[in-house]
Amino acid sequence: MSLDKATVRNIANLARIEIRDEDLDHLAGELSNIMTFVEQLSEVNTDGIEPMTSVAAMTLPLRKDVITDGGQPEAVLLNAPEAEDGFFTVPKVVE
Amino acid sequence: MRTLTNLTLAEGRDKLAKGEFTAVELTAAHIGAVEARRDLNAFIVETPELALEEAKASDLRRQAGQAGAMDGLPIGIKDLFCTKGVQTTAASHILEGFKPPYDSFVSAKLKAAGAISLGKLNLDEFAMGSSNQTSYFGAVENPWKRISDPKAKLVPGGSSGGSAAAVAARMVMAATGTDTGGSIRQPAAFCGITGIKPTYGRCSRWGIVAFASSLDQAGPMARTVRDCAIMLGSMAGFDPKDSTSVNMAVPDFEAALTGDIRGLKIGIPKEYRPVGLSDEVAKVWDQGIEWLRAAGATPVEITLPHTKYALATYYIIAPAECSSNLARYDGLRFGQRVAGKTLDEMYAKTRAAGFGAEVRRRILIGTYVLSAGYYDAYYAKAQKVRRLIAEDFRKAFETVDVILTPTAPTAAFGQGEGTDDPVTMWLNDIFTIPTSMAGLPGLSLPAGLSADGLPLGLQLIGRPFDEETVFKVAGVMETAANFTARPPQHPPCGCGPKGECV
Repeated sequence: MSLDKATVRNIANLARIEIRDEDLDHLAGELSNIMTFVEQLSEVNTDGIEPMTSVAAMTLPLRKDVITDGGQPEAVLLNAPEAEDGFFTVPKVVE
Repeated sequence: MRTLTNLTLAEGRDKLAKGEFTAVELTAAHIGAVEARRDLNAFIVETPELALEEAKASDLRRQAGQAGAMDGLPIGIKDLFCTKGVQTTAASHILEGFKPPYDSFVSAKLKAAGAISLGKLNLDEFAMGSSNQTSYFGAVENPWKRISDPKAKLVPGGSSGGSAAAVAARMVMAATGTDTGGSIRQPAAFCGITGIKPTYGRCSRWGIVAFASSLDQAGPMARTVRDCAIMLGSMAGFDPKDSTSVNMAVPDFEAALTGDIRGLKIGIPKEYRPVGLSDEVAKVWDQGIEWLRAAGATPVEITLPHTKYALATYYIIAPAECSSNLARYDGLRFGQRVAGKTLDEMYAKTRAAGFGAEVRRRILIGTYVLSAGYYDAYYAKAQKVRRLIAEDFRKAFETVDVILTPTAPTAAFGQGEGTDDPVTMWLNDIFTIPTSMAGLPGLSLPAGLSADGLPLGLQLIGRPFDEETVFKVAGVMETAANFTARPPQHPPCGCGPKGECV
């Protein structure tokens, strides 16, 4: 399995990680090696096998749909790189 | 001072109870050891003042007859556990400066038991690595040295490399680790200490920086089996905040150390002896089998036929979950931010600057295998193979009580060795990953030294939620192995009559 530069650029965009053009070749090579390595799974017969989504043999617990926490705007914003008037701030998204 | 830092957790606990020394004295001795071994780079943040305050409070609790199970015992916390008001980074630049407003469930439980944290221990960035060389805060050095080349700096293993190095170098009595594919067991083996990844669900993941949520599990790292049993007792327990935390009673793990393993069946998987396995590792494994036989257990050859696919399965599932979990690092709510003209540009620049090479690689692989058109071919396929791997273990445990394997294919290697190819580096976890895929408890303990003077570990794997049998067998093996070797002390502590270490 070989990933070309355009594919790597596309995945990087999906993952929202900026990649410099000069890094694309190297990265495409590395990722292709990894995908070649995992390709060996295709030789395993998995017909009729259910995908395993959890190792814990348990049903997801349910709780009452009630408020259990909150009212701590200071704690929530404590680590924000930028905050204003009790809100996180971001670059302008609406013109 | 060395006398205090050489004590096991159990000895420290019992001597504190008898009043042979105070928690303040014990803590101060370990703070001295932390300062003396800064060369290892095991800590990202040291918190000596907080530790001494807690030690004073511990001594008062003891006077009042209210000492907890680990009261006054100095430990280290892997910097993947959120600690209230103390920087928590996951060894990543993107979280530099992050001070959580809360404690993780596990670290809060340890605090409630009276344990005293000396600070936050270094690790591979976001726990992704097997050599502790991917940390933004620099590599951790293994305190052990090769006889043939004592100047070479060796890796402590990873990702819990700071934890393993700090425990081995007597800076802390024990430490927390986390294990996704071997991150407690492989560094324990490389540093000559003991560590257990409990059954998935035994310890709450709440407040632990997430890597691969279906695999991540916290566990103790210490210098003896008993110490791991004591500490796991103070880490485990039901937490409604983690939907995969299991609501079952926490047994008295220490009570499992009866020393009697007569009649137990020990599985020896034939697939764990691949072509090219180091002779030294194979020899230690054979020795381990003999120890258990001599103690009255019966070795039984078993087969785990899908073993060879575990690594490839892991390197689809773990990156997939990591790409999803790490989507939260967006420069918005916590950690570092790099400005951009648009929101998307801010995300992309922040994440480019914040993540290291290995983390970026795994996010990209994970994004790819989850992307439209590839999900079934890779991710769903890997989840199916995962079930086959777990089934192998389930069948084996119909006939055996515990499984014995090597922990890692080699002893600790040098910093900078084998880092060129990510896939080669991943081979370190070839014996630990299958256990993780199946969610089973796995313990590593030191069983011998290589010809070059480095520790080699053996792994015991148990049935789900049967850590007790694992501890029981490990205790017998520990006695038989009588592993008394220690890493060289450097720099000399100056506490002996001629300045030598005692």
